[in-house]
Amino acid sequence: MLSRVRSLAARWDLLYMLTWRDIAIKYKQSVMGFLWALLIPLVIVSAGVFLRAGMSILTGKPLALEDVASVSVKAVPWAFIVSGIRFGTGSLVANATLVTKIYMPREIFPVASVLSQFVDFLVACVPLVVLLAVAKVGVSIELLWVPLVVVLLLAQVLALGIVLSAGSLFFRDVKYLVEVVLTFAIFFTPVLYDADTFGRWRTVLLLNPVAPPLEALAATVVHHRPPDLPWLAYSGAVALLCLMVALAFFKRVEPYFAENI
Amino acid sequence: MSSALAMDGVSKKFRKGELHDSLRDFIPSLVRRALHRRPAGALELREFWALRDVSFDVAPGEAFGIIGSNGAGKSTILKVLAGIMRPTLGTLRVGGRLSALIEVGAGFHPDLTGRENVYLNGTILGMSRPEIRRKFDEIVDFSGLEEFIDTPVKRYSSGMFARLGFSVAAHVDPEVLIVDEVLSVGDYMFQTKCQEKMHAILGGGATVIFVSHNLRAVTELCHRVLLLEHGRVVETGPAEQVVQTYLRRALAGVRDTANKDVFISKVAVRGAGGEAVAFRSGERAWVDIEATARRECQKLSISLFLRDEGYQDAFNTSTERLGLGTFTLRTGESVRCTYQIDLHLGQGTYHLGVSVVRYDIQREFDRWMPAASLFVSADRDVRGVANCYPEVLVLGTARPPAAAVPPRP
Repeated sequence: MLSRVRSLAARWDLLYMLTWRDIAIKYKQSVMGFLWALLIPLVIVSAGVFLRAGMSILTGKPLALEDVASVSVKAVPWAFIVSGIRFGTGSLVANATLVTKIYMPREIFPVASVLSQFVDFLVACVPLVVLLAVAKVGVSIELLWVPLVVVLLLAQVLALGIVLSAGSLFFRDVKYLVEVVLTFAIFFTPVLYDADTFGRWRTVLLLNPVAPPLEALAATVVHHRPPDLPWLAYSGAVALLCLMVALAFFKRVEPYFAENI
Repeated sequence: MSSALAMDGVSKKFRKGELHDSLRDFIPSLVRRALHRRPAGALELREFWALRDVSFDVAPGEAFGIIGSNGAGKSTILKVLAGIMRPTLGTLRVGGRLSALIEVGAGFHPDLTGRENVYLNGTILGMSRPEIRRKFDEIVDFSGLEEFIDTPVKRYSSGMFARLGFSVAAHVDPEVLIVDEVLSVGDYMFQTKCQEKMHAILGGGATVIFVSHNLRAVTELCHRVLLLEHGRVVETGPAEQVVQTYLRRALAGVRDTANKDVFISKVAVRGAGGEAVAFRSGERAWVDIEATARRECQKLSISLFLRDEGYQDAFNTSTERLGLGTFTLRTGESVRCTYQIDLHLGQGTYHLGVSVVRYDIQREFDRWMPAASLFVSADRDVRGVANCYPEVLVLGTARPPAAAVPPRP
């Protein structure tokens, strides 16, 4: 696995150019340009606020600004998770001409696709920070957790992108399956709501490996609490394992790409 | 001496028809395969060998050609060499930085500008960004597209697209360069430029593997050539010799003469030293022709014609037009005819054809085209179909009186 990572690092310039290309072509000939990077998170945040407002009417508790902040902090990374997995999955098929014409470490395609979405995520973080400042969420030492948690999410998305891109190269079914799962995953992941809302079912929700980091973001950024460490460690272990399995799987099937695409 | 590139017993298996592209088809076949495990050397239903037991060595700095008809497996060899495909059996060794030009401009994105695509394509081909920055002007200059370099390539013509693609690829400086039929891009000027660049790459000590249908380019560029037929190596050897084998095999046995009243049974080209395909401009050649009649036919004549690489008529004649009158063939009778021609031709490949015609009603009984291909080389650089043996007698410059050349407005 290490040698694969090293050969990927040796083609750093290529990774940079492919990531750059994926970003550049998305916004060429579009009037809104980079504003698109903000649109989807904005829609998810609105949906979350709407849902929370409904819940507050039901429970009779007023809607706190803190709840809005918590939804936003989770919605922006969630938008990255969804688009990262989606673009990662399609990346090899989208680059079919390169896969069949030129040799390069092919992991580079899903990785570049995920990274290009990650750049969108970073862009979307700018208005998020503004929003949090306006909501007077404040800062604390717990913010130091944020980079670690974000890297953890990135690793999970990368692992999925790598496996699914290879899978959908062989079977287009994978792409449709991913679309279906991504459409409904938001209901099963604590994005618009908090895992604690579910009481003793919280454990089941947190078994979803992306849930602990999302909850950790809400905890550290909005509530200034340390993250739930055992769950975060669980999520990290899953991420590492998935990444290793993904790279091993990819290496195994890569020789058959050109003739099966 | 260690080789720059070697294949040892390489075979590659492909499957005809659709692969299972959906899980529903795949699972039953997976079960079937798990139950009946077969060795890699055996063929399953619908499988065939695209390459079978291919071995060769290429020395460092050598130019090695691969020729063969469509579907002989040339592209598969290149893809295996480039690492795009893994061989089913056998091994290969590659020493040094390898660059494969299997498609010019692969990875160009239509929405990006020429400049952006140079960087993208350059990194795809293995260059670093500082390296591209250093060579950028040279690349653009070579392509001749300075004016359009900031235009999206979707607005390029296909020729411009290919020129930019070749220019990037030509500046990669690989140790081993694999080229698939890319010299056939662009106009005449650009093709010449490409060929010069290939010679320069070779002169720089790189090893070149060259796959082409352009037999003349192969003979000019390559030291040794491999002939592939249905995935198997037929012959490996000096370029001209292998090209001759290829032409002989390609021309033999593809004609269907079964229901022709008169059919041409033999066409052979001789030079001063016996059967030949390569001639110097001005050299004399003899063409032996034999035709046989199944039924009696009258007023026949035999025509001979030469076509250039673009299948344009370069020369034609017939026995009747040469004043020999016509002849009659009775059932089962044969006619023999030998033409003597002087090849005052420009350098290039020419295709020789023969036909048997009933002169008065212009009915063609049989036509064999191309019956042979000739390579003509000239001792001076004359282009075009004819060699007019030019000599330059005067070449001098002089300054005319100032008034004779009006200044530009």
